Amino acid sequence: MKPAAFDYVAPRDLKSAIDALVGAGGDGKVMAGGQSLTPLLNFRMARPSLIVDLLRIPGLSFIELRENTVVIGALTRHADLEFSDVIAAHLPVMAAAMPHVAHLAIRNRGTIGGSLSHADPAAELPMLAVFYGATIKVEGPAGRREIPAEEFFVSALSNCLEPEEIVFEIEFPVLTSHTGWAFEEVARRFGDFALGCIAVSLELTDNTVSDARVAVMGVDDTPRRLREAEEILRGAEGGARTALRFAQIVRASVSPADDIHVSSDYRRNLIGALAERAFNTAFARAVGAKP
Amino acid sequence: MKMDIAVTVNGRKYQEIVEPRLLLSDFLRETLGLTGTHVGCEHGICGACTVLVNGDSVRSCLTLAVRANGAEITTVEGLGTPEALNELQHQFREKHGLQCGFCTPGMLITGMDLLKKYPLASDAEIREGLSGNLCRCTGYQNIVAAIRAVVDQQDGNAS
Ligand SMILES: Cc1cc2nc3c(=O)[nH]c(=O)nc-3n(C[C@H](O)[C@H](O)[C@H](O)COP(=O)(O)OP(=O)(O)OC[C@H]3O[C@@H](n4cnc5c(N)ncnc54)[C@H](O)[C@@H]3O)c2cc1C
Ligand code: FES
Ligand code: FES
Repeated sequence: MKPAAFDYVAPRDLKSAIDALVGAGGDGKVMAGGQSLTPLLNFRMARPSLIVDLLRIPGLSFIELRENTVVIGALTRHADLEFSDVIAAHLPVMAAAMPHVAHLAIRNRGTIGGSLSHADPAAELPMLAVFYGATIKVEGPAGRREIPAEEFFVSALSNCLEPEEIVFEIEFPVLTSHTGWAFEEVARRFGDFALGCIAVSLELTDNTVSDARVAVMGVDDTPRRLREAEEILRGAEGGARTALRFAQIVRASVSPADDIHVSSDYRRNLIGALAERAFNTAFARAVGAKP
Repeated sequence: MKMDIAVTVNGRKYQEIVEPRLLLSDFLRETLGLTGTHVGCEHGICGACTVLVNGDSVRSCLTLAVRANGAEITTVEGLGTPEALNELQHQFREKHGLQCGFCTPGMLITGMDLLKKYPLASDAEIREGLSGNLCRCTGYQNIVAAIRAVVDQQDGNAS
């Protein structure tokens, strides 16, 4: 199908983009990479009267290391993250996840700001934002504000933005003391949306876990950080027993729904299996990475 | 609403007046008459409509034509000619990488971008790279073989 008619502006700065949205009185829609919005336009599931294209706004596409954070501009494309040395060196879980985001042609256009705003419950970048404890910075008619990733995602395909607010950059804290990590995902085909996915990162002291970070997606309405699972890893040693106990807690922490792809039980078992594998991989990496 | 756009397609410059809702796929096929770019699903799933925009593969069905203003576009018509196929096209012919040909323009364009950006050391990597392009005829084996042949040849030339 083809999109219904709409008006189109491609402003040169953020302020004009916000003004255009305000002018459209709630009937305007921001376009970034267009990889989620254009299908909705084509099927006429979205019929905005105005498209505000962010494509021509300069300065919104960058990846920068600032002390212990990596700051990423909202228009940075998935492919830029995939091939970035800064990401590979400082956000290794993101580097591992990027090839799983859709397919090359879509990664060449899709942006981080668009992916976060779209808030698909089975998307990788929203989960990474929750995993790293990212701060999402937005600007609207009332000025700027900063939103912690865990508060940003409200439910499936819905975020906490006001209609005229635009994401302009995202700050990812680097987990500097963590030396072991793992990213595990299962999808129908490579590049499809995930049926289940987990990220784990560990800090070790004397071969014992002294800090852990765990997040999952595809098993709930929003990506989730699992603090209880992090807690039981603290003080644990590597090995099959820890991995099994960890998997048990992860399984018990999620409540996936049945859907057209798979049953709730399938997703719960899948996330348990991925949790076990992820812990073992992360621990092995941490041990191997020790000086 | 109508807008002026200027694009270069396969080396030739075009200036056209289009509605903002016009998709790049329809612009190429209907406005310019370049029907080599195929349209299957119009929501990014099948990959048949893939073209190069400023050297990167993109879905033309998920691109508004107005967003391509100022861009250089390469479609399958720009890869080679029937008399002088490019190497990937040649290998598709050699390895029987197509049957009905519907998916082929998208496969070729995707293949060009994959060859540029990934080492494609294993066939598994080629298959991952093609996971966004559907083919209902070949079973993919011969498409993978065609891309493999180009990689092997490039590696041969490099060493
Ligand atoms: C076939 C296919 C497979 C895919 N598979 C995956 C996958 O496996 N994993 C995955 O994560 N994604 C996948 N995607 C989605 C892809 O990653 C999108 O690029 C992404 O979700 C949206 O980014 P975008 O820049 O294209 O946003 P757009 O489509 O431009 O916008 C999406 C939404 O966000 C809003 N928006 C965009 N930017 C901003 C901003 N800066 N501030 C406020 N609001 C904004 C828009 O108004 C719109 O509502 C897939 C897409 C397709 C077509
Ligand atoms: S027509 Fe564009 S991906 Fe199918
Ligand atoms: S050759 Fe017929 S769809 Fe691929």
